[in-house]
Amino acid sequence: MKLTLNVWRQPASQAPGKLETYTLDGVSADMSFLEMFDMLNEQLTLDGKDPVAFAHDCREGICGSCSMMINGQAHGPWKGTATCQLHMRAFKDGDIITVEPWRASPFPVVKDLVVNRASFDRIIQAGGYVSVNTGGARDANEILIGKDLVEESMDAAACIGCGACVAACPNASASLFTGAKITHLGLLPQGQPERDKRALAMVEQMDLEGFGHCTLVGECQEACPKGISIDVIKHMNRDFMKGTAMRREPRSVVGAG
Amino acid sequence: MLDLNSKIPSGPLEQKWDQHRFSMKLVNPANKRRHSVIVVGAGLAGASAAATMAELGYQVSCYVFHDSPRRAHSIAAQGGINAAKNYQNDGDSVRRLFYDTIKGGDFRAREANVYRLAQVSVNIIDQCVAQGVPFAREYGGLLANRSFGGAQVSRTFYARGQTGQQLLLGAYQALERQISLGNVNMHTFEEMLDLVVVNGAARGIVTRNLLTGKISSHAADAVVLATGGYGNVFYLSTNAMYSNVTASWRAHKKGAAFANPCYTQIHPTCIPVSGEHQSKLTLMSESLRNDGRVWVPKKQGDQRAPSAIPEAERDYYLERKYPSFGNLAPRDIASRAAKEACDDGRGVGPGGLGVYLDFADAIKRLGKNTIAERYGNLFEMYQRITDENPYEKPMRIYPAVHYTMGGLWVDYNLMSTIPGLHVAGEANFSDHGANRLGASALMQGLADGYFVLPYTIGDYIASNKLEKLDNTHAAFRSAEESVRAQQQRFLSIKGKRTVDSFHKELGKIMWDYCGMARTREGLSKALTLIPSLKEEFWSNVNVPGSGDSLNQSLEKAGRVADFIELGELMCRDALEREESCGGHFRVEYQEDGEAKRNDDEYAYVAAWEYAGENATPILNKEPLVYENVHLSTRSYK
Repeated sequence: MKLTLNVWRQPASQAPGKLETYTLDGVSADMSFLEMFDMLNEQLTLDGKDPVAFAHDCREGICGSCSMMINGQAHGPWKGTATCQLHMRAFKDGDIITVEPWRASPFPVVKDLVVNRASFDRIIQAGGYVSVNTGGARDANEILIGKDLVEESMDAAACIGCGACVAACPNASASLFTGAKITHLGLLPQGQPERDKRALAMVEQMDLEGFGHCTLVGECQEACPKGISIDVIKHMNRDFMKGTAMRREPRSVVGAG
Repeated sequence: MLDLNSKIPSGPLEQKWDQHRFSMKLVNPANKRRHSVIVVGAGLAGASAAATMAELGYQVSCYVFHDSPRRAHSIAAQGGINAAKNYQNDGDSVRRLFYDTIKGGDFRAREANVYRLAQVSVNIIDQCVAQGVPFAREYGGLLANRSFGGAQVSRTFYARGQTGQQLLLGAYQALERQISLGNVNMHTFEEMLDLVVVNGAARGIVTRNLLTGKISSHAADAVVLATGGYGNVFYLSTNAMYSNVTASWRAHKKGAAFANPCYTQIHPTCIPVSGEHQSKLTLMSESLRNDGRVWVPKKQGDQRAPSAIPEAERDYYLERKYPSFGNLAPRDIASRAAKEACDDGRGVGPGGLGVYLDFADAIKRLGKNTIAERYGNLFEMYQRITDENPYEKPMRIYPAVHYTMGGLWVDYNLMSTIPGLHVAGEANFSDHGANRLGASALMQGLADGYFVLPYTIGDYIASNKLEKLDNTHAAFRSAEESVRAQQQRFLSIKGKRTVDSFHKELGKIMWDYCGMARTREGLSKALTLIPSLKEEFWSNVNVPGSGDSLNQSLEKAGRVADFIELGELMCRDALEREESCGGHFRVEYQEDGEAKRNDDEYAYVAAWEYAGENATPILNKEPLVYENVHLSTRSYK
C-alpha cells in the first residue's frame, strides 16, 4: 500500500517543531508500524536526509519505550496494543497517517518523536516500592496471598510505564500510572506497612512534576496498551484520603546506620 | 597467554559457597561509603547488584542507555524463574536443580558455579516475594509452579507470561528507592563506549550521552558490566533492538577474555518471519510447551489446513523421539528437531518454515478459561502479530536466536581476566554451559546481582590497595580521545550503504553459517566473508547527522562495528570446537542425529584473548573438572 505520513519533526528540545509530510510506497500489511518507520528511515537516509528519531526497543509491547500518537490516538487504533504491536493491516492503501510524540509538559520532547519520561521514574522514587533490603526475607510461602487478590494485583502491576495514559488524557494526568503502582503494592500484604505513606508521597510527586488532575474522563483506560482499569485510580484516591486523615509527623529515625 | 584461575574454593561441593563467604574479606561498614562501584546496565543483574550494594553502603553509580532502567530487555522474559524450593513435593532439591542445569548445559559448565546458582535460587524467590512481586498463587494462597524444559519436576515460579517484567520491576523499584535515598547516582541515556584500565585494574568507564553527544569519563574502585547478551549479531533475534555487545566487546579489547562465543541458544518456539522487513523475532514462551503439543504433517509438502489433517497423519515428533521429556525437551534439541522436520519438507506456513504448537487437546482437557489464565497475554501477542487465533488454530512457530551462553570469562567471584572488572547476568559466560535451560536466565541474573557480587566485590575491594584516582588521570583522557576519534570517523565516512544494511548482511552470514547446524566448510567461508564485510563497512557506511544530539544511526554504527568483529570470533570458536555440544552443533560430529560430544579433547572453556587489530585472537583453555557428576551422554529419550 501507499501511504502519506505527516510526522512531527523537532530537531532539539528548545527548537520549534512542525509536521513534515512523506509518502511511502510498497508497505506490506504484515509489517508492524515501526517496521514501516524503519522503511521510511532507510529511504530518508539514502536520500541524504535526517531519519526520524523515535523511541522503541523490545518491539513486543512490554518495555514501554514506544510512544507514538497516531491519528490522535495514543498507540494508534487497536485496543490494548502498543505502537510496536500495531500492524499495517490496520490501514489501507491511500491512508493519511499523522504521527506525533506524547504531549505533556512533564514529558519534554527530546527530538522528533522521542520524549523524556524521567518524571515517571521520579514518581516511583517517591514511594513505588516496598522498603526491603536484600537478604533476610522469610520463606516465600509464609505469606499467603489468595489467588483472586494476586490476580487483581497483577492486573495493576502489568503497567509498562509508556505514558499513553498521560498522552490520551486532556488534563495530561498520570493518575492511571500512579494508581497502577499504588494498587499493585497496596493490595498485597507486603505493601501494607507503607500503604498510606506511599499514596501520599507518590501523588505529591505526580503533582510536583506538573501532571494534571484526574477528572474521570476515562481516556487513559481506553488508550492503555495493557488494559489497566481506572479502578486503580479509585484505589489511589482511597489510599490518598486515608493517608491524609492518618497523617502524622514522622518520628525520628533510630537504629544502626 | 592468560593465566586463567577459576578460583573455585576447595572442599565438598555443597560447602564451597558457605566456606567461601566465610573466607572472603569484608569491608567494614563505616568504610563502605569510601568506596565506589560503577554498574553498567540495569536489567535483572545490574539493578539487583546496584540496589544491593547501595543498601550495603557503597557509593554506586549506575549507567543505562535507555531513558529509564525499567526498559532493560529483562522486562520481556516471559515464562518463569526456577528455584529448588520443592514446594510441589515432587522430588526437587538443590542437588537436583544443580544436576539438571549441568546436564542441560551438556556438561560444559563449571560445577561449583552451577551448584551455587541452585543453592541461592531459594533465596531469590523469598526476596522477590518480599518486594511484592505478584507470582501466581494457588487458591489456598501458596505459590504456584509450572514445569519447564529439561526438568521432570515442577520448579518454575511465574507471573502469567510476564515473569521477567515483574522480577525486573522488583529490582527496578529497589534501585529507585536507593536513588531517592541518594545512595545511587543514576545516569540515563548514557552509553558505555570504553573501559579504563589503570595499572592493570579496571578503574572506570568512558560514556557518551545519547542526548547531547558529550563524551565523559567516570572513575570507581570496581566496575560491573551487566549489559546483556549478543544475540543481535544475527540481526534477527528475540532481543530488543538496542541489545548489543559493545560494553563487553570494548572490555574484551582492553583485556577481558571472551569465553565460548559460539554457544548461542536458538529457542524453538518463536513466531516465524513474515517478510524481508522483519526487524526482530517474537518469543513465544517455553511455558507454552507445558500444554501445547508440537507436530508437523507426516506427509511432505502437505498444504492442508491443520484441522483437515487427521491424528493418524500427524507427527508429534518430540513425543515420538523423546518419550520421557516429550514436548519439554530442552531448547537445543527441540530447535534442531524442528529444523530437521522443515528441512525434510514437512514444515507449515508460508515458506514451509514453521511447525505447529497445538492447544486443542489442552483446551478440551482444561477448558479455555484455564488456558487463558495461564497464557492469556501470549495468545493475544500471537494474534496481534499473525492475525490468527491460537484458541482455534494451532500456533505456527519456528526456532529463533534467543540467548547467548557465551560471554566475558569470569572466575568463581564473577571477576573477569581484568582485575576489578566484574561481569553479571547474560553478559558473562556463566553457569549455563553449552545450553541454557528455560527459566534459568532470570535465576542467574538475580543470583549474580543479589547474592554473589555484593560479597565478591567486597572481597576485591578489601583485598586490594587501590590507588586514589579520579577521571582526570591520563588513562581516562586517552580513552576519551579514542572514543571521540571513532565517533568522528563514523560520521566522516559518508559512504553509500546504511548501517542497517550491513547489520542485515552480517546477520544472514551468521544465521547461514554459524546457526543451528555448523560445518567446517560453512564456518571457513564465513571467516572470509566477514573480514570483507568489515572492510566495506569502514569504507562505505553512511552515518547521517552529527554527533552532538540524538543520533540513532551513529549509535547503531558503533554497535554493528562491534558485532562484525564478534561474529568473526564466534565463527573461529565454532570452527575450533570439533565436537557438538548443546547449542553448538557441528554436522560432522553427531550420532543418531544427536549432538556428539568429545569429552576427552573438548571438556574446556575456550577463553579468547584479544591480540590486537587484525591479529589472530589467542585461545586459552580452562579445563573443566567434574568431581560430582558423571559425564554421560545427554539423553532425554
